[in-house]
Amino acid sequence: MPTRRHILAAGIAGLAAPRLARAEDLPGVTATELRIGNTMPYSGPASAYGVIGRSHQHFFRMVNDQGGIAGRKINFITYDDNYSPPKTVEQVRRLVEQDKVAFLFNTLGTPTNSAIHRYVNQRKVPHIFLSTGADKWGNPQEYPWTIGWQPSYRTEAQIYAKHMLEQKPGAKVALLYQNDDFGKDYLNGMKDVFGAKFDSAVRTASYEVTDPTIDSQIVSLQSAGAEVLMTAATPKFAAQTIKKVSDIGWKPLHYLTNVSISVGSVMEPAGPERGIGIITSSYLKDQTDPAWANDAGMNEWRGFMAKYIPDGDLKDGNYTFAYGIARNLVFMLEQCKGDFSRANIMQQVANMHGFQPPTVIPGITVNTSPTNFHPIRQMQLARWTGSTWERFGGLIEGANV
Amino acid sequence: MDGLAHQIVAGIATGGIYASVALAIVMIYQATHHVNFAQGEMATLSTFIAWSMIQAGMPYWVAFFGTIVVSFAIGVVVERILIRPVANAPVLTMVGVFIGLLLIIGNATGWIFGYTTKVFPSPFASDKPLFGGLVSAHELGSTLVTLTVLVLVWAFFRFTRLGLAMRAAAYNPRSARLVGIRVGWMLALGWGLAAAIGAVAGMMVAPVVFLDPTMMLGILLYAFAGALMGGIDNPAGAVLGGFSVGVLENLAGAYVVGTELKLTVALAIIIGVLVVRPSGLFGRVVLSRV
Repeated sequence: MPTRRHILAAGIAGLAAPRLARAEDLPGVTATELRIGNTMPYSGPASAYGVIGRSHQHFFRMVNDQGGIAGRKINFITYDDNYSPPKTVEQVRRLVEQDKVAFLFNTLGTPTNSAIHRYVNQRKVPHIFLSTGADKWGNPQEYPWTIGWQPSYRTEAQIYAKHMLEQKPGAKVALLYQNDDFGKDYLNGMKDVFGAKFDSAVRTASYEVTDPTIDSQIVSLQSAGAEVLMTAATPKFAAQTIKKVSDIGWKPLHYLTNVSISVGSVMEPAGPERGIGIITSSYLKDQTDPAWANDAGMNEWRGFMAKYIPDGDLKDGNYTFAYGIARNLVFMLEQCKGDFSRANIMQQVANMHGFQPPTVIPGITVNTSPTNFHPIRQMQLARWTGSTWERFGGLIEGANV
Repeated sequence: MDGLAHQIVAGIATGGIYASVALAIVMIYQATHHVNFAQGEMATLSTFIAWSMIQAGMPYWVAFFGTIVVSFAIGVVVERILIRPVANAPVLTMVGVFIGLLLIIGNATGWIFGYTTKVFPSPFASDKPLFGGLVSAHELGSTLVTLTVLVLVWAFFRFTRLGLAMRAAAYNPRSARLVGIRVGWMLALGWGLAAAIGAVAGMMVAPVVFLDPTMMLGILLYAFAGALMGGIDNPAGAVLGGFSVGVLENLAGAYVVGTELKLTVALAIIIGVLVVRPSGLFGRVVLSRV
């Protein structure tokens, strides 16, 4: 309850120190500190992604060891949301209203970020570089305070569509997608490229996450006479798809979302030999690829791991993702030149040109503008050889829509 | 036309999965006149036990029968410890217990074994498609296993004294007790049998849908539709119901309502059966004088 003394004190402070009012406009920023908020699934079904948050904690420790940014130490506050949207809302409100962070960085998950999308935009809190590939984060007209980072699923689908049109022009194409935000991004990406021809050239089948199997959908797509198949499915269903396609003796040119290219949880369960020839795409350097054994960017990352996370699993791709996106954040914050007002942060977020994160494939650069909130829009294709994903061809950029 | 044949065969194959789970549901219902919502989770746990045994280096069939024995024991223990104290409680209490069981077993499985997808081997392995890709060796094999289990269950209830005693205990507990049947133990046996059948179902399902703690979540609903369709107190009806739901679901999904409404087909079957013919296609109509 504001007592009379509080009000009096506030009034005097307001009169005597106009600079104090300015500090009120700069939540999370003091002369010595910059507070950054984050939520991660450290527990629960998606807890494998928790290493991203762990990597960030150590990353900012490194930044602080090196003197911080514009004279300020980073205070990275990260909470567990269990990958549960209501929990995310609770934790983000705590970050914004209680901890008073300057901005939110790399909150993880599509359903979780969807739950706070409106809130952070109403409160005008920068909600930047999310860990999710949904396309809807790149919508500066309606949600000017939110921006993703990695190539969106829609961009990815555009890249596959461009490639299949080049490889098999005129072929009948089949699309299997999960009937939710994730799967529909692929549907939209295909429509972007196929345009008016979409209805005649593409046969689609959707599945629900509650479906026990996708056998019936695969059978329908095959009997439609498709020679190309694009699979926008989460790992379990992707493995089922690869297996079923091989079981029924169908041999399409097969594109697979890079959400489901894990060797351990997709390719091996499906049977590595059944997936030979499947095409996917990537934008990060795969740390197990011998081509990057002496790469400068990857050595920078390895040095960080050796010094700050010596017990981290060097084969876990979440670490290279985390390092790349955190480096990008530092690049952007340095561009702020010490002005960490929320407005300036968003201005600089929309003003990144040609930045090359160390763990991203060479040639792929980060570019944004007030109308382009899709920082990374290029990828390189890769093919499954039976034991590994082998990159081929040049970089392909998403369609302009 | 080729597509139609494919849809039907794929439907029979998934129907086999529903049928085996439906059989387990009917077993519990036979013994206790309750539907166990945790049936799917118990089957998943059993499958994880089998997986652990195989990981530990046991041959497939040893793990298979070992799991059946362990699952039977788990079923009996669950009945003795958790269900028995509430045996005479109102139906809502039972439902509460079953849902609690579902959550506890489901989450415990995830906690112990993790949520990543695991490969479960099939005993009917073959890499080449049979009958021009219509059906895989595993689908054929698992359908046979389901039918074998059905025959065993039928023979058990029809020809053995124990089976007769179990039927008696379920239909008329008071008279059964008067003629010397230990009704409590018959119920426990029913739970054990249902858990064992569930384990077989789980081990047949896992090579197709891959093993993870939520494996049975979608299946249970379809299995329930199958069990109701065939008649919840008729094992053969439930199996036939399971197969029919698999085929109907595929045909409706592919040609009538579209894939988005496949689950709705299962729900429509449940409601349709309950409204039009509550005892199912093959169930006995029970009349009781009040």
